[in-house]
Amino acid sequence: MSCFLTNSSLGKKLVMSLTGCFLVLFILFHMSMNLAALVSADAYNMICAFLGANWYALVGTLVLAGGVLLHFAYALWLTYNNYQARGKQRYAVTVQEKGVDWASKNMLVLGWIIIAGIALHLCNFWAKMQLVELMGEHTNSLGLSPADGASLIAYTFSKWYYVVLYLLWLVALWFHLTHGVWSMFQTVGWANDTWYPRLKCLANIVATLLFLGFAAVVVVFFIKSACPCCCGAC
Amino acid sequence: MAFKLDAKIPAGALADKWSNHKAAIKVVSPANKRKLDIIIVGTGLGGASAAASLGELGYNVKVFCIQDSPRRAHSIAAQGGINAAKNYQNDNDSVYRLFYDTIKGGDYRAREANVYRLAEVSNLIIDQCVAQGVPFAREYGGLLANRSFGGAQVSRTFYARGQTGQQLLLGAYAALNKEIAAGSVKSYPRHEMLDIVIEDGEAKGIIARNLVTGEIERHGAHAVVIATGGYGNVFFLSTNAMASNGSAAFQCYRKGAGFANPCFTQIHPTCIPVHGDQQSKLTLMSESLRNDGRIWVPKKIEDVKAIRSGAKKPSDIAEEDRDYYLERRYPAFGNLVPRDVASRAAKERCDAGFGVNETGLAVFLDFKTAIERLGKEIIKQRYGNLFDMYEEITDVSPYEQPMQIFPAVHYTMGGIWVDYNLMTTIPGLYAIGEANFSDHGANRLGASALMQGLADGYFVLPYTIGDYLSKKIQAPKVKTDTKAFDEAEKSVKERIAKLLSINGKQSVDDIHKKLGHIMWENVGMARTKESLERAITEIQALRKEFWKDVKVVGKADDFNVELEKALRLADFLELGELMARDALNREESCGGHFRSEHQTEEGEALRHDDKFAYAAVWEYKGMDQAPEMTQEALDYEFTHRAQRNYKD
Amino acid sequence: MNFTLKIWRQKDAKSQGAFETYKVENISADTSFLEMLDILNNDLVHQGKEPVAFDHDCREGICGMCSLHIDGRAHGPGDGATTCQIYMRKFKDGATITIEPWRSAAFPVIKDLVVNRGAYDQILQAGGFVSVRTNSVPDGNAIPIAKADADESMDAAACVGCGACAATCKNGSAMLFVAARVSSLAKLPQGRVEGARRAKAMVAKMDELGFGNCTNTGACQAECPKQISIAHIARLNREFLSAKLDD
Repeated sequence: MSCFLTNSSLGKKLVMSLTGCFLVLFILFHMSMNLAALVSADAYNMICAFLGANWYALVGTLVLAGGVLLHFAYALWLTYNNYQARGKQRYAVTVQEKGVDWASKNMLVLGWIIIAGIALHLCNFWAKMQLVELMGEHTNSLGLSPADGASLIAYTFSKWYYVVLYLLWLVALWFHLTHGVWSMFQTVGWANDTWYPRLKCLANIVATLLFLGFAAVVVVFFIKSACPCCCGAC
Repeated sequence: MAFKLDAKIPAGALADKWSNHKAAIKVVSPANKRKLDIIIVGTGLGGASAAASLGELGYNVKVFCIQDSPRRAHSIAAQGGINAAKNYQNDNDSVYRLFYDTIKGGDYRAREANVYRLAEVSNLIIDQCVAQGVPFAREYGGLLANRSFGGAQVSRTFYARGQTGQQLLLGAYAALNKEIAAGSVKSYPRHEMLDIVIEDGEAKGIIARNLVTGEIERHGAHAVVIATGGYGNVFFLSTNAMASNGSAAFQCYRKGAGFANPCFTQIHPTCIPVHGDQQSKLTLMSESLRNDGRIWVPKKIEDVKAIRSGAKKPSDIAEEDRDYYLERRYPAFGNLVPRDVASRAAKERCDAGFGVNETGLAVFLDFKTAIERLGKEIIKQRYGNLFDMYEEITDVSPYEQPMQIFPAVHYTMGGIWVDYNLMTTIPGLYAIGEANFSDHGANRLGASALMQGLADGYFVLPYTIGDYLSKKIQAPKVKTDTKAFDEAEKSVKERIAKLLSINGKQSVDDIHKKLGHIMWENVGMARTKESLERAITEIQALRKEFWKDVKVVGKADDFNVELEKALRLADFLELGELMARDALNREESCGGHFRSEHQTEEGEALRHDDKFAYAAVWEYKGMDQAPEMTQEALDYEFTHRAQRNYKD
Repeated sequence: MNFTLKIWRQKDAKSQGAFETYKVENISADTSFLEMLDILNNDLVHQGKEPVAFDHDCREGICGMCSLHIDGRAHGPGDGATTCQIYMRKFKDGATITIEPWRSAAFPVIKDLVVNRGAYDQILQAGGFVSVRTNSVPDGNAIPIAKADADESMDAAACVGCGACAATCKNGSAMLFVAARVSSLAKLPQGRVEGARRAKAMVAKMDELGFGNCTNTGACQAECPKQISIAHIARLNREFLSAKLDD
């Protein structure tokens, strides 16, 4: 049974589907956590402290990293197969087929953007939080405590270029998920003509929810930094 | 030297003949089957089912087709359905009734024993196909559904939407794939048989051209089966596929196999009318449409003119001004008369000036009454795909306006003469399906071609071929380095070289169109002594023209479609003449063969059973020599030959 | 109507191909696309040039032989139609039409617009059948089959094996073709018996022949001349995975 996950096209896609599902569940959790920062900095920091350099958080981080790596490595592998299957000679004229979403044909490009976003995100947050703790330090490069996630958010999203980059990243994620979420059901075979509209609707809801949840934190903190008196702070 | 024809009809009561025969013929043991090779040419319903069944039995089978896959043989295009005497509808159907309808539909020019066997095995075919996973239409109770078809008063036609031929062929093709996977059958797609090799009077193999590389190959076997379909494309425009041809059958005829009743051609009544001189192909609209569609032309000539000029739409013509001529002439069967009768009736109306399009060669097939009675939804369920197809082609929606239809060449009942074992006059050479002549007489009923192809391939040939092969169990593998193979290959190569060297002015299609025109005008729906004599002279002249003036571009050792077409046309140019000669000889009207001199006062076909109750079997004597005809008398022991009556 | 045709010409599988431009004139709007090519070819023969090789046969949209990629679409403009069912009235008078062969590593070009689709035959030979012998079968009505199941089986069985799915797919995947056969048989009790074996064998053969992986774009169902749904791909996935989990 182990081998069909590596030597069969449908097995490889199953890996894509399962890791994709795992990542969707993770970012749903991550988003709910972020929303706490909107309500109370203390609450958010409490969660951060809970997810510091503890054994369970570390295991979680490793599993997560494994999920991302597997999802991405399989994507590259499958794409390489697909590139070869397409043949050397390409069509001179192509059109977008009716009913085919743009995102579905550009999942890898979107994936690259998301990976780049993850790299940025790791530098901005993980390297200044969990990594600092792991190294046994007590302050990060910004002079903040690694458990003070709320201040880190406030700092990061006060910079307009980070806001733009994060929003771009979230847009790419939105496109990726509008296809990815229903596609993972299709790949494991839980789909049919009756359920396609429902699954696609679910995919759009999940993608939009995630986009709004993440973007809200980014935008709210930017507005707070640009205009301290907004949001009733003064 | 005339043929000594022995049809090998078994003795006994009609219903016992096939059982008695099976009990009497020899079988080959499994160990010996492994030593015997069989070549099958063609992968339609007959060829594919035979190859699969013979492979299962343990013979070594080689199967050839000209298409890129066995699945594309033209059986795939059959739309309406397949007949069987299951009596699932409880409408008093039986093997005898199917036999009788087929014999009568064929205007009493088929062998009783063969037709009875066909009806007998028809039920097995349905069982076989269901087991293979053919998705036949079903009723809500989960059981098989039926529809009615022309020439029958019971509902015995099984169908899979409008794609019955496709589904049956995919079933046979799947069975074939199973055997290819098992290694008992080897498939040669994109290969065309160009000659049959005869040694010591027996069929020993074929010469085939690899259509991709142009290579000429030799293949030897202990028996050769021809399953290459009909020769309707002699008319250039027909409902046959573009590559359908009569060449394999014609090579057998040239090498000494008898060719029977070549003039029996079926003109299908429901085709889309010809629209111009640039057309390459005619499209059939399934006969099943006649279940609910009503055929008519206007009663008044001024309405005809108004429709032609566009001043009136067909739907503007009042009910009382419409002439539902089939219902008028044939009250008992109405729109469901057999094909030959429906075609001739359309021709009669158009000849009288009531044709409804610019060319005057079209009648209406109208669903107005059916839509009123059943609702658009039901009609859409039944015929949706056909209606869509019609609209794509003509830009007219059959839901709004009636279809325009006109008869077109569809099927050839004539073919290579075979005995009860399906063996030709050459020992070891068999012909099955449309390629042989046996079961449909002078006219084939709708939904019976599929039945015959599968009957021959699944249930008849696998038994009867054993009788011949049982004598070959000591025979060594056929060697292909013999003089007979050398000569056959040489003549094929010379023929190809000759065609490529002519370099004349006319393309193959130019000449084929001319041949088609001669055939349609003179050897078409109505034939006379004069027209047939004219056809013979004109075809002979055209053949000379072809061999002097055809232009075939490209090379012999290459993928060369022009060369393929030229080789096929060369044979059509001889076959066309043979058809005209046969039609000239047969001074009567029967089924699809209508001699204008021989009709009843009401314009129905008039048979002369005293003179022509025989199959005319022709023997080749050379390209420009008149062939010799031998008669196989058709004795009717069990049925009474009557004037066909579809009126009451 | 008049048209300019940009047609891919390629001598054989090994040669390098290129586009050549031709003009056709006075074409009636009722002419089918392939009849238009017949007219072009007849002209070419008269000029002593080699006609354009293209696959075609029944010209009724059922044999699956025709296979042209016209102006960027498999089987050209029009939904649910094969190339032979396309009529020139679908094009604008004076248009330039680009005609290419199927492009997929598993469908090598034989000549001009003709490709080798033998890979599809091989996939079906791997398991696209029910293993019953001739004559060793029960009565046709012995097993009732729900009408809905028979209808769905027929939906999938409508596949003509033309290759448009793999030719259209950006991944060169043959999943719709494989799924159509697996699903058609999976919906019938007769086919269920060896369903697991069939799904595994056909998928393995598909992979072996170098077809790509499905990424669920749905381009295949958009261009399928028989409009076969990707729901059958979902069923194939289900059949395959449940078979593998039982191994």
